Amino acid sequence: MAISLKLPEFLVVRDKERCIECQVCVNQCANEAHIWDQDLEQVVSNDVACVNCHRCVVYCPTRALRIEEWKQDFKKNANWDGISIKQTYLQAESGGTLLIGMGNDKAYPIYWDHLLLNASQVTNPSIDPLREPIELRTYLGRKPDLLKNPSAFREELPPQLQLEVPVMFSAMSFGSVSLNTHRSLAAAASELGIYWNAGEGGLHEDLFSYSPKTIVQVASGRFGINASMLKRAGGIEIKIGQGAKPGIGGHLPGEKVEEDVSRTRRIPYGSDAISPAPHHDIYSIEDLRQLIYSLKEATAYERVVGVKVAAVHNIAAIASGIARAGADIIVLDGFRGGTGAAPLRIRDNVGLPAEFALAAVDQRLREEGIRNEVSLVIAGGIRNSADIIKAIALGADAIYIGTAALIALGCHMCQKCYTGKCNWGIATQQPDLVRRVNPKIGRERLVNLVRSWEHEMKEMLGGMGINAIESLRGNRLMLRGVGLNAKELEILGIKAAGE
Amino acid sequence: MKKVVAIKEYCVACGLCEVYCATVHSRYPDSVLKAFKLSPQKPVSRVFLEKSEQWSGGIQCRHCKDAPCIAACITGAMYRNRDGIVLLDEERCVQCSTCVIACPYGLIKESDMGGRKVLLKCDLCYQLAESPTCVTYCPNEALIWVEEGETL
Repeated sequence: MAISLKLPEFLVVRDKERCIECQVCVNQCANEAHIWDQDLEQVVSNDVACVNCHRCVVYCPTRALRIEEWKQDFKKNANWDGISIKQTYLQAESGGTLLIGMGNDKAYPIYWDHLLLNASQVTNPSIDPLREPIELRTYLGRKPDLLKNPSAFREELPPQLQLEVPVMFSAMSFGSVSLNTHRSLAAAASELGIYWNAGEGGLHEDLFSYSPKTIVQVASGRFGINASMLKRAGGIEIKIGQGAKPGIGGHLPGEKVEEDVSRTRRIPYGSDAISPAPHHDIYSIEDLRQLIYSLKEATAYERVVGVKVAAVHNIAAIASGIARAGADIIVLDGFRGGTGAAPLRIRDNVGLPAEFALAAVDQRLREEGIRNEVSLVIAGGIRNSADIIKAIALGADAIYIGTAALIALGCHMCQKCYTGKCNWGIATQQPDLVRRVNPKIGRERLVNLVRSWEHEMKEMLGGMGINAIESLRGNRLMLRGVGLNAKELEILGIKAAGE
Repeated sequence: MKKVVAIKEYCVACGLCEVYCATVHSRYPDSVLKAFKLSPQKPVSRVFLEKSEQWSGGIQCRHCKDAPCIAACITGAMYRNRDGIVLLDEERCVQCSTCVIACPYGLIKESDMGGRKVLLKCDLCYQLAESPTCVTYCPNEALIWVEEGETL
C-alpha cells in the first residue's frame, strides 16, 4: 500500500505526572484518539484520529490533557501554505470533494466589528434598565399599510410571530442534529417565548407539545411535510438556500437515517435523504408565490410563511421579488452561516456577508415602499448581543442563531459534524453519543444564554436612550463605521466614526 | 429514604462516578490526583459503571428494605443505620464474603488491598453533608439523588 502523506492535525499532550490512567478519555473519544494499551497498562494517543473537540480535555478529572496544533512547518511560501498543500494531499488520496461542517472560518472582514454604537450624553438622557422597563418584544409578519380607521386606533393584523426577545434558533434538522438537541432547543424556545426552527427534517412526534413555538421548514426535499404538521406548527419557512452552501442541496447519508429519522422524515429506513439543489417546482418568483399561497391556503391563512435565502449577489432584487411573492418573513442567511455538511470550497468561497445583505435589502424594500410587508430576519455568524443590536439598527426585525446555540449546548467548533461522530452528542444519531446531550441541562444553558443577551441588549438600548427595540429598528444613525472605505459605508448606509 | 438513581438515557459512560467514588473513599478524599498517585493501593470505587451496547449507568448498593446481606452476615458486621443506609463495619467483618453471595445485584465487591481482602460497598457518602459524591460529580446529571418512589 502506498504511504499516506496525511499528517496529524493535532497533538494530544498527556501530562504523565497528572494522568491517573482512569480511561475517562478512552470512554469519551468516539474517534478513538485515546486507546487503552493492555500490555503497557496505560492510555496511549492516536494523534491522527484527534479532531480537537476538547471532550477529553473537559472530562479529564486531573486536567492531564491538552490538545495542540501538530506543528509541522513547510518551506515558507505565501501562495502554497501548509493548509493548501495538505488539502491537495487529501484529495490526491481520496479523489473526493472536501467536506466540512459549521460556518466559513476564513479571515474575511467581520463587519459587525467595524460598527460602533451610540450612547446618550448630556443632550438626551440614557435609561437605566434596572429602574425602567425596556421593551424587547417583537412581532414578525406582514404589517398593514395604514390604519383604515384612524380614529379607532385598531387594525386587524395578519398572523404574527410574537417573540419576547428578537432571537430565534435557526433551522437545524433532526437527522443533522440529534433528537436531544431538538428537545433542548424546543424546550428553551418555549420557556423563552421565542421560536425555534425544526429544519427540513420534519418534527419528531415527541416534540408535538412544543409545536406552537416551532417553525417548520419546507425545503427542496419536502421531508416530513404534511397538512397536519403545517397546521400544528407556529410558523412555516420555505428554505430556498442556506448561507453555508448557497446553490447546493443536502445529502443526509443513509447511515444516519435510523428508525426515528426515517419515521419523522417519512422516507425508507436507511435510504439517503437527498435535498435537491433547487426546488424543482420553483424556477421563478411566480412559482415561489404559488408555494407560499399553497402553504397559506393549507393553513387557512392563520400561519406566517417565511422564505429563507442565502445572501448572494443581487440579494436586494431577489428579496424584493420574495416580498412581492407574498412572503411574511424574509430570512437572509449570510456566508458565515453554519451547516452539518458542506463542500469546503462552496462554504469558503460563495455568498455575501449578512451585514451587507441586510443593509442592501432593508434599503431596497424601503425605497420600494414595501418594507412593512415583510419582516427581515438575518442569520449567519451572529456571535453575541452586540451583533444583534447592530443588526437591528441596520434594519433587521430579528435574528437567528444556530452556531451560538450549539456552542451553548457544548459544541467546540471542531467542524467535524459531517462525520456523524460528534463527541458532544449534537451532530450525531449514534445512540451512545446522543445520550451526551441531557435536554434538561441543554434547555437551561440555552435559556441562560438568551437571558444574558437580553440583559445586555437592554443595557445597550438604555445607553442609547431608547426604551423599545422598535425605536432602534433601522435606526442607522445609531451606528458609525470604523475602518471601512467609502463604498462599504455607502452600502451599509452609515456614517463614518467621527462624522 | 433518598436513593441514587441512574438515568440510562443520559449516562455518557465516562466513568467519572467511579473515579470520584474511589477518591472520596481514599486517604485523600479531596484530590483525585493524590488519591491515585499517593495511595499505597489503587483506590477502588464502590459504584460500578455498567456498559452494554444499548445502555449504561453507574450502579451501586440499593440499600434494600429487606437487605439479604444483613441477614446473611455471619458476624453482624453488615447493619442498617438510623437513616436506613446499609453499612459494613470493617472492624467486625471477617471477609467471609457471604454478603457478596447474598447480594441479588452483585454490588458488594471483594477487593485486594495489598494482600488483604476487603469487602467494599456503597455507603451513600453518609458522612458528607451534600449528595453522594457520584451524584455531585456526574457530568451529565445521569445520577440523581431522589426520595424513593419520587417521579423523575
